[in-house]
Amino acid sequence: MSYCREEGKDRIIFVTKEDHEAPSNAELIADDPNDPYEEQGLILPNGEVNWNCPCLGGMASGPCGSQFKEAFSCFHYSKEEVKGSECIDNFRAMQECMQRYPELYPQDEDSESSPPQGQSGSAPPTDSDPPASTTQSAPSSDSEAPSEGQNAS
Amino acid sequence: MLKCRSVWNKLAPLGRSSAAAACRRPAAGRTGLQQGGGACGVPAAAMSTGGAGGAGGGGGQNMMYFLLVGATAIGGGVYTYRTVRGDRERYDERITEITSRPTKSQQTSYIQSPEPDSVAAAPETEALAPAPQEESPAPVEETPAPIEETPAPVEETPAVEETPVVEETPVVEETPAEEPSAPSSSEDSPESGPEPAGEPAALEPDVVEPAASLEPAAAEPAAALEPAAAALEPAAAALEPAAVEAEAVEPEAVEPAAVESVAVEPAAVEPAAVEPAAAVEPAAVEPAAVEVAAVEAVAVEAVAVEVAAVEPAAVEPAAVEPAAVEAAAVEPVAVEAAAVGADPIAPAESAEPAASLPVVPGHAPYLLIGGGTASFAAARSIRARDPGAKVLIVTDEPDLPYMRPPLSKELWFSDDPTVTDTLRFKQWNGKERSIYFQPPSFYISPEELAVAPNGGVAVLTGRKVVHMDVRGNKVQLDDNTEISYDKCLIATGGVPRNMQVIERAGEEVMNRTTLFRKVEDFKVLDMVSRSVKSITIVGGGFLGSELACALGRRSADSDLEVVQIFPEKGNMGKVLPEYLSNWTTEKVKKEGVKVMPEALVKSVSFKDEQVHIHLKDGRVVITDHLVAAVGLEPSVDLAKSAGLEVDADFGGYRVNAELQARSNIWVAGDAACFYDIRLGRRRVEHHDHAVVSGRLAGENMTGANKPYWHQSMFWSDLGPDVGYEAIGIVDSSLPTVGVFAKATAKDTPRAATEKSGTGIRSESETEEVAQSPVASTTPAPPSLPQKDDYGKGVIFYLRDKVVVGIILWNVFNRMPIARKIIKDGEEHADLNEVAKLFNIHED
Repeated sequence: MSYCREEGKDRIIFVTKEDHEAPSNAELIADDPNDPYEEQGLILPNGEVNWNCPCLGGMASGPCGSQFKEAFSCFHYSKEEVKGSECIDNFRAMQECMQRYPELYPQDEDSESSPPQGQSGSAPPTDSDPPASTTQSAPSSDSEAPSEGQNAS
Repeated sequence: MLKCRSVWNKLAPLGRSSAAAACRRPAAGRTGLQQGGGACGVPAAAMSTGGAGGAGGGGGQNMMYFLLVGATAIGGGVYTYRTVRGDRERYDERITEITSRPTKSQQTSYIQSPEPDSVAAAPETEALAPAPQEESPAPVEETPAPIEETPAPVEETPAVEETPVVEETPVVEETPAEEPSAPSSSEDSPESGPEPAGEPAALEPDVVEPAASLEPAAAEPAAALEPAAAALEPAAAALEPAAVEAEAVEPEAVEPAAVESVAVEPAAVEPAAVEPAAAVEPAAVEPAAVEVAAVEAVAVEAVAVEVAAVEPAAVEPAAVEPAAVEAAAVEPVAVEAAAVGADPIAPAESAEPAASLPVVPGHAPYLLIGGGTASFAAARSIRARDPGAKVLIVTDEPDLPYMRPPLSKELWFSDDPTVTDTLRFKQWNGKERSIYFQPPSFYISPEELAVAPNGGVAVLTGRKVVHMDVRGNKVQLDDNTEISYDKCLIATGGVPRNMQVIERAGEEVMNRTTLFRKVEDFKVLDMVSRSVKSITIVGGGFLGSELACALGRRSADSDLEVVQIFPEKGNMGKVLPEYLSNWTTEKVKKEGVKVMPEALVKSVSFKDEQVHIHLKDGRVVITDHLVAAVGLEPSVDLAKSAGLEVDADFGGYRVNAELQARSNIWVAGDAACFYDIRLGRRRVEHHDHAVVSGRLAGENMTGANKPYWHQSMFWSDLGPDVGYEAIGIVDSSLPTVGVFAKATAKDTPRAATEKSGTGIRSESETEEVAQSPVASTTPAPPSLPQKDDYGKGVIFYLRDKVVVGIILWNVFNRMPIARKIIKDGEEHADLNEVAKLFNIHED
């Protein structure tokens, strides 16, 4: 059973696994998905791409940022059966640009979001774990470090 | 209501009588009187309904009433219409008058060879940008418009700043129009270049005009030059910089006439310097010509010219750009020149060989002061949101932006002997990376900034901003270069605090003291730790404790003695509640550190080749090297010149919830004392906060207007056993409630698990694995719930019963829940229930 102790102004509670088995009755306020203040994920509520999403790493802000934005926008709004099939030129341009910066965009990565090796982030905090869960998030960390990059949330 | 009543009362008798008359007529034969009387009486009674009037008051009265009201309405309508129309006409007149004004002034200001076309062009442009005009009146627009046919180099006008009041900017803009042959209207194209300012395109065209602004006084050599200009092509485009200051320029005979330059004080100096401007392609000829011209012309600095000449070449191959280019190219030159008449070159390049020409742009749409984490996060955010944005980072460090936490953690645990050079470390997920956010190829060079078609991030290293002119929207560097901006971010961070006793102790002690913050400090300390026998760390907070653990670990392989002294009772005494702080201190001791809590330094002296630290309680610590980790002093040097408020309680620049200090100035990172909507005003010195606030500032600089909302977190690792993440206000003076997982037989005290030194953040997995097998090393694993086994848990910090801070003690990946609890700001009756949300028993 749990056991509690007070040391001055600090309270210490020790709990066993059983103590915490019952679900919590603490109430949390429901989140508003359209809250403008909150950090947005990759896609904004109005349907547009959030270029500032940590999950993209530095893709949209680097030297090939404009090519990346064009290619990805084209893909995002594509309504073809094979999504993005009409965007091949944009992607080619992007790839050409990226080839000019091998340091930033290592060629052995195929996923678009793992540009620079440096992107990954840092931070030890495992907090980045969720973000790290996808390769996408890898880039996010870079400067986001522990702020668990929203990762594609 | 009452008023109506009284009025009505007064009018009633009148009405009654008329109504009565009216009533009597039709009701001749009837008891109309009665009715009439009644009816007459009605108005008085029905007064409350106000205009009911006529209710029985007889049709006549109604009619009259309607007539009156109608007439009034019509009259009012007519009056309104007339007024509005008249106002509009007046307004139109005024506008036309204003727009025609610049042309007038322009013509007068045109010093020489007022190119008719240019002038003509100017007016158009003028019209376009009446506004810009005013702003940059001072700055000489001159802009290159004059394309003189002569090879004479065109002075480039560094368009830069256009919008901001340029005056100062030594930058010279001009577009080298030279092309001896036909007006190379091409030059004009520069307009594309001008972008930089991002000012309304209108400005570009303005370039043509340059006229007005000219400092006129400057005229100086310009006059001479002008003649050449003549050609000027219409290039209005060339002008673009218009807004830009066109400074100095003059010398070149050619100069684009417009040049005049200078705006401000430095102007005089510049003269020579500036021109170089873009020279543009025709440049081949020009450059040479230019230089020559420049040389002689420049009264001031011939040198500058050369440099400039070089630049132009470098600048733009693009045909027209020149204008644009100039901005880039010129500025550097111009800038320098301005600063010191003496040798323009020096300033410009910062003494670089002509070849490299580190040019300093005269204008940066987004200027970020400080090259740390917050600045980089802002740069990234700006680039993501504003396509083609041109961002300039000015830092006094010689390094590109890098992250600081590994300097006191991961880098020390690296097995790589060359780590001090490569600065690479292994992350928690096993992947290696450098402390630099991006490799150098990510950035563009400052001189290219103005002409880069898609913008970019440029870093100017080794320069410090010493003065800020908020009204003029520009800053001055330590080499007297000036850079104007549209939006500015101050992310200057801070400098480590030093202790007075150390400063008073003399040079020998100072030479043996490290104030740890930068890469340089890491390299020095690493070297020192391999050569001395004893290192003492003063300070028991995050940095002090982390360094102590890192060095302590190193001491295991060498005979290095590591001592840590601080006034609190235990490590992290100001952050962790006492019981946890004591527990942590034990852990630090286990890392091989000699911890001396409750130690106040009284004086420090140097004797027998060693540093003697005398404590207040009489103890003396004898050591070879000192590391002071006693806090950070936020850098607020610019507050005075910029007129920014400094917070008395927390230090740092005072900003609002949107991180804005003044109209175009934001502050982020360690230096920002901001208003947190949830937790109140505070200043946070953590890495994640720098990232979050930098990103937010970048968003707000591009028009987002979002307040600080996403709560930043921080973390610390003190050896393989102690790792925690925290969020919010974590101050040990607040009442706390800690919920810990009671150790069962299964998870024997972690203390027992002396892991294989896998280093910080060895990951939950390693911890788990280590538990069972390694238990043997412990003497006698306590079987009953040890009071002091704080293996893992959650600690809540309360302020008025609301949770304002949370520490996740050895539990990971739960930060989002913690963040949510703080965001809600609710009063929870039972925090144990809240703790259940974290599932601390699982990994």
